[in-house]
Order: sequence, then C-alpha cells, then structure tokens
Amino acid sequence: MSQIAILGAIETGLLFGLVAIGVFLSFRILNFPDLTVDGSLPLGAAVAATLILAGVNPWLSTVAAFFAGAGAGLVTAWLNVRLRILHLLASILVMISLHTVNLRIMGRPNVALLGEPTVFSAFEGLDIPYYWLNPAVLLVVVLVTGYLITRFLGSEMGLGMRATGANPRMASAQGIHTGRMTLLGIALSNALVALAGALFAQIQGAADITMGIGTIVIGLAAVIVGEALVPPKTIVRAVIGAVIGSIIYRFAVAFALNAEFIGLQAQDLKLITAVLVVVAMVLPGLRTKRAMQRRARATPANKGGQG
Amino acid sequence: MIRLEDIHVTFNPGTAIETHALTGLNLDIPTGEFVTVIGSNGAGKSTMLNVLAGETGTDTGRVLIGEDDVTRRSTSARAGLVARVFQDPMAGTCEDLTIEENLALACARGHRRGLRRAVDGGRHRAFRERIAELNLGLEDRLGDRMGLLSGGQRQAVSLLMATMNPMRILLLDEHTAALDPRTANFVMGLTDRFVGESGLTTLMVTHSMRQALDHGDRTVMLHEGRVVLDVSGEERRGMKVEDLLHMFEKVRGEEVDDDALVLG
Repeated sequence: MSQIAILGAIETGLLFGLVAIGVFLSFRILNFPDLTVDGSLPLGAAVAATLILAGVNPWLSTVAAFFAGAGAGLVTAWLNVRLRILHLLASILVMISLHTVNLRIMGRPNVALLGEPTVFSAFEGLDIPYYWLNPAVLLVVVLVTGYLITRFLGSEMGLGMRATGANPRMASAQGIHTGRMTLLGIALSNALVALAGALFAQIQGAADITMGIGTIVIGLAAVIVGEALVPPKTIVRAVIGAVIGSIIYRFAVAFALNAEFIGLQAQDLKLITAVLVVVAMVLPGLRTKRAMQRRARATPANKGGQG
Repeated sequence: MIRLEDIHVTFNPGTAIETHALTGLNLDIPTGEFVTVIGSNGAGKSTMLNVLAGETGTDTGRVLIGEDDVTRRSTSARAGLVARVFQDPMAGTCEDLTIEENLALACARGHRRGLRRAVDGGRHRAFRERIAELNLGLEDRLGDRMGLLSGGQRQAVSLLMATMNPMRILLLDEHTAALDPRTANFVMGLTDRFVGESGLTTLMVTHSMRQALDHGDRTVMLHEGRVVLDVSGEERRGMKVEDLLHMFEKVRGEEVDDDALVLG
C-alpha cells in the first residue's frame, strides 16, 4: 500500500470511528438497535453541504448538521418511547423518511462542494498536504468526541443511561427516567453520525443521497471488530476499541481491494461487510458451545446430568 | 404513614384471561413499622408491592405516602420515596457495571442526576466504608463487575443500595427466596440490622410463615386481593407457625397443601 492509500484508510477509518461511537451508544449502551443512522449520515452531509453552498460558515454548517442528526434520533426514540412502536421498526420508518427529507434539503440527488470553503480548507494556510491534513483534523475531532463521550458515560447522568440499557426495571426503581435517557442517547448517537456525514461531504467534496447505504453495518462491524481486538472491560476501552475497529476495518477493505489475486471489486464490499458482521456475531456463541461440548466429553461421569 | 386505600387492580380487563389481582385492598402502615406480608400464589402480594412502587397502575383507589398522593406518579418519579429490593438478585443491580458504579446509581436515587463524575475519590472512600459493613470482603473489589458476585452477595449489595439514601418506605419482595438457607439467613440478619438501625418503614413479602413471624412488628395475610388477617403486638408475639397456618386454612376454607408455604 502506498503512503497515500494508508493515510486514506486512516482518514475514512477515523471518520467512521464517529459512526462507530454512535452505534456503540445505541446498540451497546442503550440496547436499542437503531437503523436511523443510514439516514442521518446523508442528513448531516445534506445539511452541511446545502448550508455551505448558501454561504454559511462551514463550522456553523457542521454544527447545524450535528443538531439535525440529533433531531432525527429524537424522532426515532420518540416513536419508540411515547408511541410504543418497536425500536427496530421506528428506526426504519425514520430512515425511510429521511430519504425524502434529504432530497428536499438538497433539492436534487447530489450537491457538489468543489471550490467551496470547508472546515478542512480553513487549515490550508498551514501548507500541509491534504492527505496529512484531513486525517489530522479528524483525529482531533475523534479524540475530543471520544473524551467527551467517555466522560459523559462516567457521570451520574451517563451511568443512568447505561443502567437504562442494561436493566430498565432497576433503572426506574432508582429514579432514572428511562424514556428521557433513551431520547437523549439516541439523539446523541445520531448527532455523531450526522457530524460524520457533514465531515464526509466536506472531504469528498459532495453530498450524495446514496452515501448512507450500509452505514449501520459498517458501524456495527467496527464495534464488533473493536470488541474482538480490545475487550471492552471499561467504557474507555470500548470507545477506543470502536475507533480502532473502524480503522482496522478500512485497512482490511483497502487490502482486499488492492490484492488482485482475490479479485474483489468495490461493489462487493457491502456483501462482504454483512457476512463479516454475521460471522463476528455467531463466532463467540459457537466457541462457548464447543467449549461446553468438550467439557461434557471430558467428564463422562456427568453424562445425562445437567449441562 | 403509608396508606393503600380501596385499591382495585385488574389485569387484561375484558379478555378471557381477565384477573382481579387486588379487590379493594386497604392497608395503613405507620411510620417506622416493619410489616411482613404472606399469602398464597396469586393472593396479590407482588401486585401490592408493584402498586406501591408505581410499576402497576390502579383501576380505583389511592396510594398515599405521607401527605403525598402518588397514585398517578411513575416509578421513577416516586423513587425518592420508595426503595426496593427485588426477589431476583439479577434484577436489583446492573451486572455490566462495577460494584461502585451500582452504589453510585443508588446514591443518586431521589436526586437530580447531573454531569458530575459518578465515582470520584471521596465517594470511593465512602463506598468502601459502607460496603465493609456487609463483612463480605467486598471493600477491595469495588472495581469488579457486579456480575462476578454470587446471588447472596448481590442481594446484600442490593439491600445496602436500597438503604443508602433516605426513603419513606422500603419494599422487600421475597428478597431471600432465591437464596440457599444459609445465605437467606445472612441476608435476613442484614435486613433486621439495617431496618432496626434507622427505624425504616418496611413492607416485606415472604413465602415463609416462619420468616413472617420471626421478623418485623406486624404480619398481614392477603387472600384473593385483599387483607384477610392482620396481627401485631401481644397476639402476634405468642403466635406459632401452626396458629398462623390454622388461621390461613380457615380463611381459605380448605386444606393447605403447599409444602413450600408450610415448611419454609
């Protein structure tokens, strides 16, 4: 791999590291399988790109994208918490609706940002080549986000959010408003994903209506790969793991596409990622089953007994 | 004073499996009293606790805690007044959180949860001190995941968590039923100590008549969703399990063949 390819993988890995942290919040902390992110990533891109084209400051546009994502997450969580629609279905409904919303925001399927100011172009005066600059800016964003999320999850409110996902009955008995915690957590999760979308659009110079397809699978793959590499014994480790998982995933993708003997093409990626997630989810279960079978064979005296 | 006033609760109303769980239940508990509750399966014991905790809504009737009518308040909104230990050791704690994070959760019961660090140096020391009271050697394991503890240890910690902040009533929902006899005794000992030390107003549901008579100041029997027997003071002091059983049979008008209830 060339230096530019390596830095490119790190860049995309860091960008989707934000998505991975968002998915970690919904799937792992709140135990809420949220597919809204497939819509909130392009939502963030659409909001940021449209505002920048309208002459709004790119930083302000990015912040607006963050809050747009939070709004999308709030709708999903509200459908679930207040209207009692199944979480998975609620998130699919919002994801589909966002397709329309995103088209309305952009006015067409894609918006180019060529020559427009972006949060990255603000650093152009530093005379650093873009393939160093972009990952560096993203690294700072991911570090700050990771720190803030970790700090939040260690606070009293954050602990309440973790209890809401882990044991809602106990959480209510401890006076935690589990509904509000779900609203807050899913909003935060989608805000991070929309932030990633906004930065993504500014890096690739365009927002596209289809850029969100498979976001959830990529985010989940990053979380799962991260958990395998960095066992998530603490919140800090889990957050670091999600980001590392995202970067490793990008390297695996870049390697697979570069190695001609494998014969993979870019369009194969989504299927491979889905298969990877399935394998990663099934493997730990299989391993325990094997271990139990081995133990059962090792102690024939217990045959017919329990376990 | 805790007051349950003419409480009616119906599950699945209007369906084939309609159940009248509580049918005009009345109960007054003066401040500082420790009441034990017995009754066969389906008598309404758990429903009564759930009504007090706010997990189950009522068809009619009022729930008063002190001067506050909390009938329509959600579980989380009345958590500052009600503390609870569940039957299932898994239910009262978060197994994925550490012991001290669980204690920190309990520490904020009845307070606003802000952005301050849940566990800092000061709290860590305070938790060490509190958990040492259990004599389980957990003071050196505050950073361990809750899931690593045994059922008995978890129930002991649940009890500590429930009593860490002030409350108007402590609800114990067969909190020793899932434990082996030795551990159950240990947890009951802790219960008597915590309740006695602070003079907590307590409602304990139990399947064991022995336990119902040996602990607390007053015993209440539920049957078909209302109170059918209420003994305290002199009358209760001289009471044996057989007497209680006899009264129980009279109330039900049939032989009791539930071994668990008799021997427990």
